[in-house]
Order: sequence, then structure tokens, then C-alpha cells
Amino acid sequence: MITRKQVIPGDVITKGDLRYGSFIEKRDDQFIALRVGLAEISGEGVKLIPLSGPYIPHVEDQVVGKVIDMSGFGWEIDINSCFFGYLPASFVFGREFSPGTHDLSSRFKIGDLLLAKVEAFDRSRDPQMSVRGPGLGKIPKGEIIKISPTKVPRLIGRKGYMIQMLTGQTNTEMIVGQNGLIVVAGPPEGILKAAAAIKMIEEEAHVADLAKKVEEFLKEGAVSGS
Amino acid sequence: MEAKRKLIDDKGKRLDGRTWDQLRPVKIEVGVLKNADGSAFIEWGKNKIMAAVYGPKEVHPKHEVMPDRAVVRCRYHMAPFSVDERKNPAPSRREIEISKVIREALEPALVVEDYPRTAIEIFVEVLQSDGGSRVAGITAAALALADAGINMRDLVCGVSSGIVDGQVVLDLNDSEDKEGSGDMPVAIMPNLGLVTLLQIDGIYTPDHFKKAFELAIEGGKRIYEMQRQVLLQKYFGSSPAESTAEEQE
Repeated sequence: MITRKQVIPGDVITKGDLRYGSFIEKRDDQFIALRVGLAEISGEGVKLIPLSGPYIPHVEDQVVGKVIDMSGFGWEIDINSCFFGYLPASFVFGREFSPGTHDLSSRFKIGDLLLAKVEAFDRSRDPQMSVRGPGLGKIPKGEIIKISPTKVPRLIGRKGYMIQMLTGQTNTEMIVGQNGLIVVAGPPEGILKAAAAIKMIEEEAHVADLAKKVEEFLKEGAVSGS
Repeated sequence: MEAKRKLIDDKGKRLDGRTWDQLRPVKIEVGVLKNADGSAFIEWGKNKIMAAVYGPKEVHPKHEVMPDRAVVRCRYHMAPFSVDERKNPAPSRREIEISKVIREALEPALVVEDYPRTAIEIFVEVLQSDGGSRVAGITAAALALADAGINMRDLVCGVSSGIVDGQVVLDLNDSEDKEGSGDMPVAIMPNLGLVTLLQIDGIYTPDHFKKAFELAIEGGKRIYEMQRQVLLQKYFGSSPAESTAEEQE
């Protein structure tokens, strides 16, 4: 059984000997919330789903970023975080990369939008990015929508249900970065509708039965045609 | 010098009609600024204070970077129109000091080790001032930090107590602050039971100190309840919106 609890920083979520996740601190036998959010207590342990906060990179995260600088050896990428991502040129050109023979701007220019993966990140250095993998690389077109990174899981939904419904109903394609940046491509009216739905998901992320509400919203929009 | 006026009347009422242990009306709002990562607005008596938090973000200048934790910066500033006589907008000695004590009052609550090589910036802007603006600023800034989603061990709430007409009272207003004989701002982390700010102005007997300190702690807990309601209301929209004490017409 899962018990849910609304918490603010400093609240005692529960007591005892349990496993616990991020945004929770253990003090003696008490579990203390470090963020505003929803705490879940189950047999598996204590979990906190925060409702606000910056994006902190994690290895294997897929993020949407913008190239903001280029040196002889790699690109600097703004990933909507307090840390800048670094994409080494050798990750793109392969091991035979040499700054003399390869031209970095032939691949990515400053201002380009990328879908990249966090390859490595620890507290001591900026996150290292990579574009090797299916779907990764330059994003050619689309509108950027920014939401709070903490609400991305809600947007994706259980097993991708929400995102599938969104793209299906609005006839758009979406690239969702874990860092809260979403690129929507498709017909203009579809983008507008998708943007409104995404805004709604962000604002009402804590509401139960959100998927149903979004579904109704999408259908309603089709009738009124606004 | 003109004769000192009485700040507490024979019935024990203060200038603004409060009893010795009553707070002024408090109204708090969270998330009022769109471009800040976290923000809060507090109206406490005649105080109107805006707090904003930016960060964690890159540290500039680079030599101030701390490799294992975040740098916390704080600016307390009074708007030129916040007082009766125009205040020079340049930071005064007093504002620099208050910036420092606010930073030191909030820092113990933040888990700065979670954000290495970054800076967290706190801005407290007094738009209209009354007594106790530093504690009101701390109360608002703590909410702005929670709104920004920075890991915090506890909220911080503050309230001042003091001595007026020889009597210990809670939450001094401007005239009590200026004409009274003692002022003691206190900030606490209520769940941890720790004091993060304690300043004293005036002469206290040990007895007065004890009483004033306990009163401030008790008042702080009342402020904490309001902070709590406001945060829950903002994020879950559930609890009753009324956070304020006695609102008079």
C-alpha cells in the first residue's frame, strides 16, 4: 500500500528503517523532506516527488540543449541547468579527431538545438554530453516550450501514455528533454493546442486523474476550434 | 526634548490596539515574480517586502567558486520610497549589515553541498517599511527559496520581540522600535529547534531576555504555520487560503 503525503521542506515524512530516495534526508530515525512535493511511503521505501526546482543532470538523461560556444575541441551546450554541458569533438568525429583536420562548425553551429544524452556527470566537473544513439543529434525544426523539469515525468505519463495521447490528438511530434525543454513540430494549430495542453499539465501536475482531464481538454479544443 | 508618549495604555493596549502578545496582520504570497526562480511577497503590518531567489546558477566572478558547495549571496535593499524621507538608493551601512545577517540566518537551512560550483542569490527588496523588516524579509526569503526548489532542511521564520514601556511585547512596529527601550529580532528553524538569528538592541535584564526570547520563539511558530499554509496552498491548492491573523477594517 502506498501512502501519499503533501510535504514542505523540514516536514517529517515518516519514521523507521526504510530505504529512501532523493530530496530526503535521514535524521536519526526520521525522514525529512527537503523540497515541496508529494511524499510516497510504501513497502519499498520513502520517495519524494518534488514540485519545483532546477534541473540537475543525471547520467543517461536525454536533454534538449542549445550550442552556445565552440572551441577547438568541443561544444558548450546550455542544458537549462546551473551546469553547462560539454560535448567533446571526439565524441562526434570519432577517435581520429584532430583539431587541425576537422571543422567543428560543419556539424553543429552556435545556436543549433541538440537532443543529447548525459554521458558522465559528477559533482566535480561539468556534465559531459554525447550525441551517439538513436534519435540524438541536431533538432531541425519545431517550437520550444519550457516547463519545470520536475513536471517532465507527469508530461510523459505512465508508460508514455500522456505524451502519446498528446502527439496523437494534436498531430504533432514531440521531443521531450528531461531538463524541461520540449520541442514540438507539426501543423501550427497542432502546436498551439499542444502548447496549451502542456501548460495545463504543468499547472495541474499534482491533480489526480490528469490524463482524463487532458483528454477532455484536447477533445473540447477540437469542437470549439479556437 | 519632548516628553515621551506612552506606548501602552492603561488597559494594556498598544498604539495599534494590539495586546502584548499579538502579531500584526500578516499576508504572504508565493510565486509572484515570473522571471525569478522563486519569489514571495509579504505584507506584515505596514511592511511590504518582495523576496526573489535566482539560482543555483554559474558563479561570477569565477574566483569566488567553491568546489564543494554553493555560494549564497544576499542583498537586502530598501527602495527610496519605502520610508517617509527619501532614502538614498545606495546600500547603506545598515543594509549591508542586514544583508549579511539575513544570509547567515538562511544559510543553515540550505543544503549547499548539493549544488557545488554554483551561486544562489537572494534579493530582499523593501517596498514599504515598518518595524521588523529584517525578520519579515527572512520569512519571505525562506519561502522564495522553497519556491525555487532548493533543497532545504527546514523553513526559516522570524519575528521580533522587545521591551516597550518596561514590558516585554511581541512584534514591534516602527514607533515601538524607535521609542521603545529594546528590540530583539529572532529567526528560527522551527522543526529543527535551532536559532539562526539573534540580535539585541537595548538593555535587558536576564529576566527580560528570557521572557522576550521565549515570546519570540512562540511568535515564530505562529509565523511558521502561516508560511506552511501559504506554501501548501500554492502547490496543492488545498488548505484554507486565510493565513492572516486579525485583519481589521
